[in-house]
Amino acid sequence: MKLITFCFFLIPGICLSQEDLLKELQQSEVKEKEYISSTFKGSRLINGQTIETRYKGELEFIFAHRFGPMNGGLYELYGLDQAYVRIGLEYGLSDRLGVGIGRNSVDKTVDGFLRYKALRQSKAGMPISLTAFGIMAVKTSPKDEDAGYDITFQDRTSYTAQLLIARKFTPALSLQLMPSFVHKNTVDQSIEDNDQIALGVGGRIKVSRSVALTTEYYYRFNVHDSNPYYNSIGFGVDIETGGHVFQIVITNSRGLTERAFITETTGEFFDGDIHLGFNVTRIFQLKRDRKE
Amino acid sequence: MPTRVLLFFFLLFVYLPAISQKYSLEKSLVSFFSEAAIENIKAQNAKTSSLLNATTGEVVFSIPIKDFKFDKSLMQDHFNEKYMESDKYPKAIFQGKFLNLKLDETGEQRVTALGKLTMHGVTREIEVTGTVQIKSNQILARADFSIRLKDFKIKIPQLLWNNIAEEVKITTEFTYKPI
Repeated sequence: MKLITFCFFLIPGICLSQEDLLKELQQSEVKEKEYISSTFKGSRLINGQTIETRYKGELEFIFAHRFGPMNGGLYELYGLDQAYVRIGLEYGLSDRLGVGIGRNSVDKTVDGFLRYKALRQSKAGMPISLTAFGIMAVKTSPKDEDAGYDITFQDRTSYTAQLLIARKFTPALSLQLMPSFVHKNTVDQSIEDNDQIALGVGGRIKVSRSVALTTEYYYRFNVHDSNPYYNSIGFGVDIETGGHVFQIVITNSRGLTERAFITETTGEFFDGDIHLGFNVTRIFQLKRDRKE
Repeated sequence: MPTRVLLFFFLLFVYLPAISQKYSLEKSLVSFFSEAAIENIKAQNAKTSSLLNATTGEVVFSIPIKDFKFDKSLMQDHFNEKYMESDKYPKAIFQGKFLNLKLDETGEQRVTALGKLTMHGVTREIEVTGTVQIKSNQILARADFSIRLKDFKIKIPQLLWNNIAEEVKITTEFTYKPI
């Protein structure tokens, strides 16, 4: 009898198997917060921004290009005769804070912006990522003497503030909401207000490891009946290769600053005012050795 | 009565080695290196956790994939997002045994570890030969080995100019301390 009791006590000593060791290891591991990364491939969805910030020390060069409207027919080679370009740079001051500049040929607009990722989606924690985005844009066209009135720097300036709220639902599917506020210092008040509010929605679906389909739509709230502009809509394909992201898009907007595409989209998408375009980004790591 | 005392001491002898001969990591470094056309790909991970039962030679490792640090953060993103799918497979786990570990040997000894490596959702038997040095209050273990990406269903991008070699060299350095 005693022998049986003795043997019984012996069992756990022998049975310290690898399974137990693994279980013990998993129990001892400290659960660290795991942030969700790569909600979107690029810093741009179609025309507008995504929640993505550059990592610290990264410089992104973005070349964005929109052709003319496709309904220009063969005479305009389906829009290819015209080109609207924005060249921009964005630098990551930290993993969350980015600063950028750009120039868009539409209205010869120069812009400067800041973005800050305030919330980061994490596993079993924060359900969303939230980035605050603010941009100031200055129309340098027309020239002072051609304006027809005594145009000032203030007249040329506009501001846009956006909250970008996104969630990566699955590794393939991410959706984003973009409540936006545009303030233009000088407007034709018979067609629009100085302050305009819009809500953007957008998303992406990955169809392979390197390719994703994207879409974006901005709905404007306080639109005058006499307002000649349309809501901005766009569809795109993201293709990622190494340090590049190519985005091929079709959209009814030609401007590439927030003021221009949210409040001054001239094309009616379903009437064929569709601009083919692309965004090409290249990322340079200026500072190495990423620190957490 | 004396039998009970005897039993007590006997049990103590059975359990004590099993408990006192267990080691956990004090310091660790897992790095990998892959030759590529334009720039080599390398990353380091200092967040491995491991337990070693020195009496039986049994050992387990758990390596969090997202903690591989690259020089280029974009490369790190791609590594996680496109190749390792670390949202789905957050850890690489090795479960195995040091086959010929001699506890009484003080110099450097060659040791073979045999076991199952689970990574990117694929489990494979692997055999790794490295060196172990047993010190008074530490065990140092080092190994260099290669794994084939194909074995773990890690795809190699074809269209990239920045091609990744089929085999990846892995270096591990572990310092254990008793628990």
